[in-house]
Amino acid sequence: MASIATGADLGVATRSRKRRLIERNSLPALLLFLPPALILFTLFVVLPMVDAATFSFFDWNGYGPITDFVGFENYADVLTHRNFGTAVRNSLIVVAVSLVVQLPLAMWCAIALSERGVHINVLRTLFFLPFMLAEVAAGLIWNFVYDGNYGLLPAIGDAIGVDMPFVLGDKFWVIPAIMLVITWKYFGFHMMIFIAGLQSIPSEVIEAARLDGVKRWQIVRHIKIPMIRSAIVISVFFAITGALQLFDLIIPLSNGGPSHSSHTIVTFLYQFGILRMKLGFGGAISVILFIACVIVALAYRRILFKVEQN
Amino acid sequence: MATTSRKRQSTTTPIQWLTLLVVALFVIVPFYTTALGGFKEIGELRVNPFGLPASWDPVRFVEIMGGPRYFASLGNSLLIAGGTVLLSTLVASMTAFALAHIKFFGGKFILGYLMLGLLFPSATGILPLFIKMRDLGMLDSHWGIIVVQVAFSVSFSVLLFHNFFKELPKELIDAARMDNCGYIKIYWYITLPLSLPIIATVGVFNFVGSWNSFLLPLIVLNSEAKYTWPLGIMQFKGQYGSDWPRILAFLTLSILPAIGFFLLAQRYIISGLTGGAVKG
Repeated sequence: MASIATGADLGVATRSRKRRLIERNSLPALLLFLPPALILFTLFVVLPMVDAATFSFFDWNGYGPITDFVGFENYADVLTHRNFGTAVRNSLIVVAVSLVVQLPLAMWCAIALSERGVHINVLRTLFFLPFMLAEVAAGLIWNFVYDGNYGLLPAIGDAIGVDMPFVLGDKFWVIPAIMLVITWKYFGFHMMIFIAGLQSIPSEVIEAARLDGVKRWQIVRHIKIPMIRSAIVISVFFAITGALQLFDLIIPLSNGGPSHSSHTIVTFLYQFGILRMKLGFGGAISVILFIACVIVALAYRRILFKVEQN
Repeated sequence: MATTSRKRQSTTTPIQWLTLLVVALFVIVPFYTTALGGFKEIGELRVNPFGLPASWDPVRFVEIMGGPRYFASLGNSLLIAGGTVLLSTLVASMTAFALAHIKFFGGKFILGYLMLGLLFPSATGILPLFIKMRDLGMLDSHWGIIVVQVAFSVSFSVLLFHNFFKELPKELIDAARMDNCGYIKIYWYITLPLSLPIIATVGVFNFVGSWNSFLLPLIVLNSEAKYTWPLGIMQFKGQYGSDWPRILAFLTLSILPAIGFFLLAQRYIISGLTGGAVKG
């Protein structure tokens, strides 16, 4: 009796398990639909990261067999490189300025532009325009603005009687100059995320608070900003990962100069790893950058999880 | 009574208007000076930064458009972006369809695996990627860039398609399954025709990403004839140094098509951005 029951149970179990393993008649579709994306993604996104980790333990110039195992020497070389600290510092400055200047500016504009109206749509489109522009084009436009001989900045300096420095050739001014371009380029993107969040707040909530005589800035402070917390978390995440991979904008602006003072992590990787075909060195930078990104992503998941729980 | 209703209607304060005006100037002025700079003489740039040019002679624009570089590089970019959009739409929508509608062991795992691509910037693996492309004979070719860009875009595109397919009414697919319709037919005849909005969003997104991309073509392409427009414009800048009127004219001509496209397609861009960001 007991054994029959077990047998029947087993039969049911295997049949339902089979059904769960692959749905009836779906194998041709699965075989057609899944491999292209999986193969491309594995080959060109995942494997290069694995290769980077492998290369980082060898001394290799890209040609011939990989035999020269050097342990953690490449990592030591990267971490003690005189320009790596600058690159990391610059990337952190970009993060900090994004959080302290860019996001508040984006929030201010989003709050002013979250209602409806023709002039509001025009301004939204205008503020979003730099984000759509290629980084290379934005970098060249601002390279002209900053040009010490013919640019807009020295021309403005002439008008107000101040002798403007060649900002992109000045070790001190180059970072603030790049930060201004980053703000110009990306604040509209964050503004759009905030506007989407603000528009999802039920208008009754705001209306009720207004009828109760709650002041405008109190509505912003205590209702609007807390209610779009998840949009803010997303925005912060993009600001951080964007800063970690900043490259396209730097090349046409300063190309990492003067004397390597404006490198970011990726332009550092390009300058000292790719251009010189030092695969071990470059691989070590990639692994360090990858670990930084994973840490940010894990922290972000925790924070987002907390936000969703509240 | 009159004051409260007026208060409720105009919700933008004078201070807000003032800031918006300053920000608008901050955004516009670089575009404005770039557009006019192409008409000015080099000596005019510094003494007359904001005014209209002394003459509207379009000599530089004509020269650039008649030259070999401008249309060739835009054409290359268009080819690469078009190829990337077609291929990535197909590849990502197929995968997202399988993951959203077919029940099979490991589906969740595959989705999670593909979403790994959202965690780290594609630039991190660029050097080994270069070696891989070299070994596969993909260097200095347009199709090499297309294939790699499709791989880069898979994560975000699958995310957008997957979110959209999950919202489609399940009854449609169940009914088709009852009629013994295979999943490949369902994908092609039922799901895709219903998915035009998300196809447009993903397509526009990948088009802009490909059109603007710089690092990948920079390391892949060697021959000038194959340059995309960002490479072409960087080379132009290198060649003409600080002949700014010429460079500004080239810049203006290069970004005009993109601005036109953006104005036509911006609602898809914004819906993709907010849809992907909020749901992802």
